[in-house]
Amino acid sequence: MYTAPFSYKKASNLSEALSLLQQNPEAKLLAGGHSLIPAMKLRLAAPPLLIDISKVAELRGIRREGDTLVIGAMTTYRELETSDLLKELCPIIPQAVSLIGDPMVRTKGTIGGSLAHADPAADLPASMLALEARIKIQGPSGSRVVEAEQFFTGMFSTALGEGEILTEVHIPVRPGARMAYAKFPHPASRYAVVGVAVVLDGNSVRAAVTGAGEHAMRLTKLEQALSGQALSAESITAACQGLLPADNLNHDLAASKEYRAHLVDVMAKRALLQAAGL
Amino acid sequence: MAEKLFGKAMKRVEDPRFITGTGNYTDDMTLPGMVHAAMVRSPYAHARIKKIDVSKARSHPGVLAVITGQEMKDAGINSIPTGWLHPGIKTPPHYAITFDKARHVGDIVAAVIAETRQIAEDAAQLVEVDYEPLPAVSLGSDALKPGAPAVHDDIPDNICFTWSIGDKEAVDKAFASAYKTVKLNLRNNRLVPNAMEPRASLAQYHKASDEYTLWTTSQNPHIHRLLIAAFIMGIPEHKLRVIAPDVGGGFGSKIYQYPEEIIVLYAAKKLGRPVKWTARRSESFVTDSHGRDHETVAEMAVDQNGKITAVRVNTIANLGAYLTTFAPAVPTYLYGCLLAGTYTTPHIYCHVTAPFTHTTPVDAYRGAGRPEATYLLERLVDVMAHELGMDPVEFRRKNLIPPDAFPYQTPVALQYDSGNYEANLDKALELVGYKQLRQQQEEWRKQGRYMGIGVVTYIEACGLAPSALVGSLGAQAGQWESALVRVMPTGKVEVFTGTHSHGQGHETAFAQVVADELQIPVEDVVLVHGDTGRMPYGWGSYGSRSAPTGLSAIVLATRKIIDKSKKIAAHLLEAAPEDIVHEDGKFMVKGVPDKAKTFFEIALQAHLAHNYPADLEPGLEATHFYDPKNFVYPFGTHIAVVEVDPETGKVRLLRYLSVDDCGPVINPLIAEGQVHGGIAQGLGQALLEEAVYDKEGQILSGNFLEYTLPRADDMVQIEHDHTVTPCPHNPLGVKGIGEAGTIASTAAIANAVMDALRPFGIVHLDMPYTPEKIWRAIQHSRPAQAAD
Repeated sequence: MYTAPFSYKKASNLSEALSLLQQNPEAKLLAGGHSLIPAMKLRLAAPPLLIDISKVAELRGIRREGDTLVIGAMTTYRELETSDLLKELCPIIPQAVSLIGDPMVRTKGTIGGSLAHADPAADLPASMLALEARIKIQGPSGSRVVEAEQFFTGMFSTALGEGEILTEVHIPVRPGARMAYAKFPHPASRYAVVGVAVVLDGNSVRAAVTGAGEHAMRLTKLEQALSGQALSAESITAACQGLLPADNLNHDLAASKEYRAHLVDVMAKRALLQAAGL
Repeated sequence: MAEKLFGKAMKRVEDPRFITGTGNYTDDMTLPGMVHAAMVRSPYAHARIKKIDVSKARSHPGVLAVITGQEMKDAGINSIPTGWLHPGIKTPPHYAITFDKARHVGDIVAAVIAETRQIAEDAAQLVEVDYEPLPAVSLGSDALKPGAPAVHDDIPDNICFTWSIGDKEAVDKAFASAYKTVKLNLRNNRLVPNAMEPRASLAQYHKASDEYTLWTTSQNPHIHRLLIAAFIMGIPEHKLRVIAPDVGGGFGSKIYQYPEEIIVLYAAKKLGRPVKWTARRSESFVTDSHGRDHETVAEMAVDQNGKITAVRVNTIANLGAYLTTFAPAVPTYLYGCLLAGTYTTPHIYCHVTAPFTHTTPVDAYRGAGRPEATYLLERLVDVMAHELGMDPVEFRRKNLIPPDAFPYQTPVALQYDSGNYEANLDKALELVGYKQLRQQQEEWRKQGRYMGIGVVTYIEACGLAPSALVGSLGAQAGQWESALVRVMPTGKVEVFTGTHSHGQGHETAFAQVVADELQIPVEDVVLVHGDTGRMPYGWGSYGSRSAPTGLSAIVLATRKIIDKSKKIAAHLLEAAPEDIVHEDGKFMVKGVPDKAKTFFEIALQAHLAHNYPADLEPGLEATHFYDPKNFVYPFGTHIAVVEVDPETGKVRLLRYLSVDDCGPVINPLIAEGQVHGGIAQGLGQALLEEAVYDKEGQILSGNFLEYTLPRADDMVQIEHDHTVTPCPHNPLGVKGIGEAGTIASTAAIANAVMDALRPFGIVHLDMPYTPEKIWRAIQHSRPAQAAD
């Protein structure tokens, strides 16, 4: 009600959304709206046009294509949380999603909206990095695929260029992989103060953290320390020490840099213990 | 005999409309021709207003007026007064719209009135204010430092008032000869009230009659009418009607006279159109009067027998930028007078310095002074018990006021009328299994798990009274209450009360009592409140006064109805009035059940007056003004059990048990609901909530992304029971229950968290106990522990 004035258009398909975006470079894409609308109400964002892509059918759904899970960008958290396919092949996503917001948020919020918004405290980016997901991007002149690790470029900034739309998330299927997400929620917002995702695949350990820095990042020190090792409570505890230097981490009322650095160690340990079934 | 409703857990008659969204809140109302206000608020905590250019906003399509403080001052609108005065208190002006300086973030510098809310909000952004930012001060103790920026130019030391109670000399002597003393430096964190319904006001001016109507989110519409009419706007009191319709929570924050109500009234007359304003949540954060915010040095002395001999308290109470309606009473009489608690402490001295700061005004917030007193006292008790090597429960037991000591005169003015503290404590200990809990704590500690048990034996003083006493203490208001009981020809009953229900369930609980008294179905009784045009004068609801004071007035008015009914019945039954008994819902001749009249028959005859006593007025209604003889003194025991995760510092509530004594319980469902809500609110202060200001007076936790309210998953299933010690001086023996949960639970949870941290050698931390704060304390404690 108290946003700056704006126009609204609903795109019925992807090409319409792309052309609207091309004609209106100042426009914002509207997905679930749970980040954008509050920012507009506070007048922190004042796009002249919202292009609603939440109902574009070709951007929705979860399917398996060979060794890849393909998730449409407008697939809601609720769909991710309840997907039998994901629960079987990629349980970290339903687990992480179940910790996002509340049922209302999960009913509206989408995976693509969250990833494109690139909130440094969003939950899903950690899992995307640990899963080595790839992000499919459609632009006016065709599509491209970006590794999740290259997708997040800064606080609220991504590899998305002008006129481009995040369309799909591609996740490699890893049979037998064990995975878990451990989150320390912000007491008020319930975003991640720190969230660590780990994927144990054979002898390899992939881990990534969200909430700690400007954007989600791989915990390479941890991965190197544990990959190829037998995992035990002792080895995990020993490895989860000083994973990130505090200097470059985020800080706010809920957590200083030092405390965040400590939480990265604790959440990494808890995620590993859970994934390893220890 | 009709079923007795007193004590019955009736479902609330209010709830269907609240739950189904069919309540009638101020913002729900739309009047023909209604327009909307948006406020231009200072982004600075302290700034000189050099110039205001309203031209762009004024010419924005749909804008009807842009109102400045100068315009309102020139129109003769006065400053907003406070409602409580102390000797020597400084009462700087508080204009609805400031025109010289902004004194806190959110201070109103202009108001835009437009055809729609959207236009008003858009145009508010177009008002150009030329500010000269000035140095600001946000912490009370900083405001007292030499050279601190002055909030009000003519109060260079920022001190609004100082206040003290108790015999300082006797206290100092007791400390000098004490066996042991403990001392704590405490900060009682500042809280944002956060009622679910934001404040809203809608004003209408009736040109033909030169009358105003104001619908507003108020706990006490008569106080608004009095302040606006007599002091602020000069409207004849009978030309202003103030209506507080459904109000979605107050917790104190809707007691006060706020600027926006004045602005919409002024604009409504100026434009000849109804004007509505509703706060955005971000406005609520910086303009609803905040709560608490004390910096305190608290000390306790004991003798060799473990008896408390003295308590000494020195507090800096931050008042914010302006004095709101009850602000001066909160850190003084509602605080210092509570420092005896439930204990026999013979000597108490409390000194308070209350400075202005460049922050949102601070006033009463659920509990209002009493949570602050309880918190410091119960912290001192726990720390002292540890110092003495005593179990905190046994230390309390040793010092509780015994049941045969009532009425008990405390050394800080209050005289407790009744109490039975030890029996209440024992009931709580038994229900919670205190001994087993302590054993479990020991076992967990061996496993590296940190459980804490916090016990609080609290008292509260509520239903401030009598009026002559509160007047002598500085109240600019009476504290009696009124009731009008009006019986209609059909025997249906309207009960008008000067109290106000904004979540308390009065419509249900009060109707239960009236139905019992009149022996009629509860459906035949309706409670009317919140409208100066319908009710007799009343002082509203706050300080848990509605049941002890407001309901007492209702009961006494109802009994006048019964007395008159007996006279009518006597006439109709050709008997003497003293032979009429009121039984089984009928007025009958004693011993002759056949000779009886129903309440309906009497009500009808009172209105027809065809067959009627010659010396009796027709009609059947009665008014009663009730001024209590004393406060009422609810008490109880609260026990919190928590676990601290030493790795993250996060506190988890494991159990919470309360045994409260509010006298006879009218409706257990409502009483328990009040306790539950209060406990959650108190948990909020202990673990989650804090209005954090930076040194420049900017609020850093001014939204729900940063300010943490308790949620369902922060709570546990509360275990609740009660004891019954009636108040000896009101007709039903009832005591208030609205604030008890908040008063006790903050301290209970604080004591539990500190108990959990005892193995780390941590004696005291300030609330809220955020995970990082606890983690840091544990980090710092470890070297010390290793050195041991």
